[in-house]
Amino acid sequence: MSEMTKIVKTTANILFPFTMIFGLYVIAHGHLTPGGGFQGGAIVVSGCALLLVAYGSSWVFDRIKDKRLAAFESLGAIGFITIAFLGLMFSAVFFGNFLAGSGSLFGTTPATGSTLADFNTGGVLPLMNFAVGVKVIAGLFVIVLVMAYASSTKEWG
Amino acid sequence: MIEYIPYIGVVAMILIGLYPILFRRNLIKIVIGISIIESGVNLFLIILGYRDGGVAPIFTSLPPGTTYPEEMVLPVPQALTLTSIVIGVAVLALMLSLVMHIYRKYGTLDVQKIRRLKE
Amino acid sequence: MTFLETLLAHSPALVIATPLLSAFLVPLVGRISPRIRDIFALVMLGVTGCFIGLLASDVLSHGSRVYVFGAKNLSVPLVRILFEVDSMGMFMAIITVMLAGIAVIYSWSFLQKQDGLDKYYTLLLLVTTSALGMELTGDIFNFFVFLEISCIASCALIAFWVEEGEALEAAFKYIVVSSIGALFVLFAIGLLYAQYNALNIATLAHLLQFSFLDKIILVLLLVSLGMKAGLAPMHMWIPDSYGRTPPSIVLLIMSATLASFYGILRVIFTMYGNVLTTPLRFSLPAHLIIGWILIALAIVSILIGVIMALIQTDLLRLIAYAAVAEIGYMFLAIGTSIAALGTTYATVALQGGVLHILNDAIDIGLLFLVAGAIYFVAKKRSLDDISGLARNMKYTTVFFIIGLLAVAGMPPLNGFTSKFLIYESVYQVNPILSIIALLGSILLLAVFIKVFYAAFLGPELPELKDVKEAPRSMLLAMGFLAALAVCIGLFPNIFLDALVKPAATALLDHAQYINMVVGGL
Repeated sequence: MSEMTKIVKTTANILFPFTMIFGLYVIAHGHLTPGGGFQGGAIVVSGCALLLVAYGSSWVFDRIKDKRLAAFESLGAIGFITIAFLGLMFSAVFFGNFLAGSGSLFGTTPATGSTLADFNTGGVLPLMNFAVGVKVIAGLFVIVLVMAYASSTKEWG
Repeated sequence: MIEYIPYIGVVAMILIGLYPILFRRNLIKIVIGISIIESGVNLFLIILGYRDGGVAPIFTSLPPGTTYPEEMVLPVPQALTLTSIVIGVAVLALMLSLVMHIYRKYGTLDVQKIRRLKE
Repeated sequence: MTFLETLLAHSPALVIATPLLSAFLVPLVGRISPRIRDIFALVMLGVTGCFIGLLASDVLSHGSRVYVFGAKNLSVPLVRILFEVDSMGMFMAIITVMLAGIAVIYSWSFLQKQDGLDKYYTLLLLVTTSALGMELTGDIFNFFVFLEISCIASCALIAFWVEEGEALEAAFKYIVVSSIGALFVLFAIGLLYAQYNALNIATLAHLLQFSFLDKIILVLLLVSLGMKAGLAPMHMWIPDSYGRTPPSIVLLIMSATLASFYGILRVIFTMYGNVLTTPLRFSLPAHLIIGWILIALAIVSILIGVIMALIQTDLLRLIAYAAVAEIGYMFLAIGTSIAALGTTYATVALQGGVLHILNDAIDIGLLFLVAGAIYFVAKKRSLDDISGLARNMKYTTVFFIIGLLAVAGMPPLNGFTSKFLIYESVYQVNPILSIIALLGSILLLAVFIKVFYAAFLGPELPELKDVKEAPRSMLLAMGFLAALAVCIGLFPNIFLDALVKPAATALLDHAQYINMVVGGL
């Protein structure tokens, strides 16, 4: 994909931070609202795809290393499984929610019924959402990036 | 009668999706067909969990006066659909990248012209 | 609780988690050194194998166990994902991890000079994880998720030789077939959930009524899993994808295929176990109809497999058609066992079928590895271009002879044991079937004798004058499979008593499988 006009670039510049914030919000509130790591990650990547459209794939490709994205993808997956293993270690159950109700990080027990959402709840669920979010952002972005770059150049391997 | 319309939609989407897979020669159209089948199956799962006038299955934001869980829509089919969507994205990305490689190799997307593996 | 008991209690989860974790660690380890990465993959598979061994010894001596994810015990309502481990699942898990380990050892030399090996090992471990997951899970939706993981990862592996157009074509064919199959599995799961409000296999089996929808579900599941297992009318992806990938990858796709076959066994014997004797049209019981349909398709598979193998010139593709025939034998065995449900020879047929899963993995795997070794040294695929290899490749020749005799069901090798059990029981149902099955084996022998003459004997070709023996790690991988083939052939009773009979019993005893979960609530 080649670069587009100034109008598109300016619009992308304005929209990009909002998309990022919204995507990160969806990831962070995964345990409270419909949404979570995958959905938020997809939103973040749609913001990145906006950049890709506006500035052209080679511009983005020069600034972001796809190897590093792949490493982040692995880290996200490792983080997810590590949390599952931590559950095995601290609560003797694989995928056990050892933080729920502990009073520490994300450890408050929410009241049932119509209450205001308390962010500090959910135990390991927010952490898992973060891990999935990292994985999805890196994974989807690398797919979009490589596909856009590959279809824009004649020679690629 | 009106409550059957979504189910008819599901069957229609699956059949529409099967048509290009069986009768079309363009690889991209085959990929589109698979995507349509997937949407049909996802729609089916979503209808299963639908409850007339139900609210979103979130305990802490129940509207006052509702009794749970009878007035919530079923969360399990939604979780299933979400998983299926995630998988669908991966399959779609893989298929499209294969199509890109095939196009680079053969310069065409016509199944008949590509076929080397016969017998 | 001692450390070992804790480990045992959590081993169903660890069996899945270890290869999954190492799949994502592999690219990071690969940044340190490729050599360490290669060994790391094998070591992690070894650790997985240890967990499987621990679990298997316990399951075989103390009966099956249920593992609940995220909670300590079963509780009502049953919303958690369960793993239900019985002897059949363990039998399949042993085969899967064995094939993966051999694939890793073989690919040390075979894929030495290729790039993208970080991703290769990641995908290899993911296919292993997904096959193990399919074999251990007690939740039908979880089964679907693992099925899809295996589709995606195997498809990416089939396209490993991405420079070759044929590999891409095979991969595209595979992903189309398997993703449609998986979507129909998902549709069937949706129908099951709509009727019974459950996703747990044991609970579903307990509630199943064999209504009209249940018949549709059975057909959907059988067709889509049969497609992935390579049953006759839907076998066309097997020769393409088996014939166009490195042999180490074939072993992995084979483990995914066998896991789909296991899925069919689980669906018929466990999920529909309670209702198999329900009378249908013309007061014929359901198991008779299902059994005879499977037998008919199996016969078609055997015939297509051997006849197409006869006319092939590409060595890898030829073996792939032989693999189709072997899948036909497995379906023939379980078809017989279902059709004759309740009789003694139904049990014999099932034992033959279950043992044949292992034998198919060993024999076809060995032949593919030998063909891969030939391709590695001679860089030729077609049988017309290779000749007189026996002079320079002594060990490979011996391994090929063992493989060809085993696949044709000759005593004293492993193929004989399982095929004999199959002939014996099929004869009780209908003698003509056993004649066709025997004829298939004889034709397979003829096919491979032809290959042996063409490739190993005959005049030495000038351009193949200085071929060397295959590298050591490839010989090790082939030698392991060949030794296993001889061992099972010489001492079939040890394997039958220790692994196969408990597995067949576990399949037939669906009431116990159901009771493990439903009774515990």
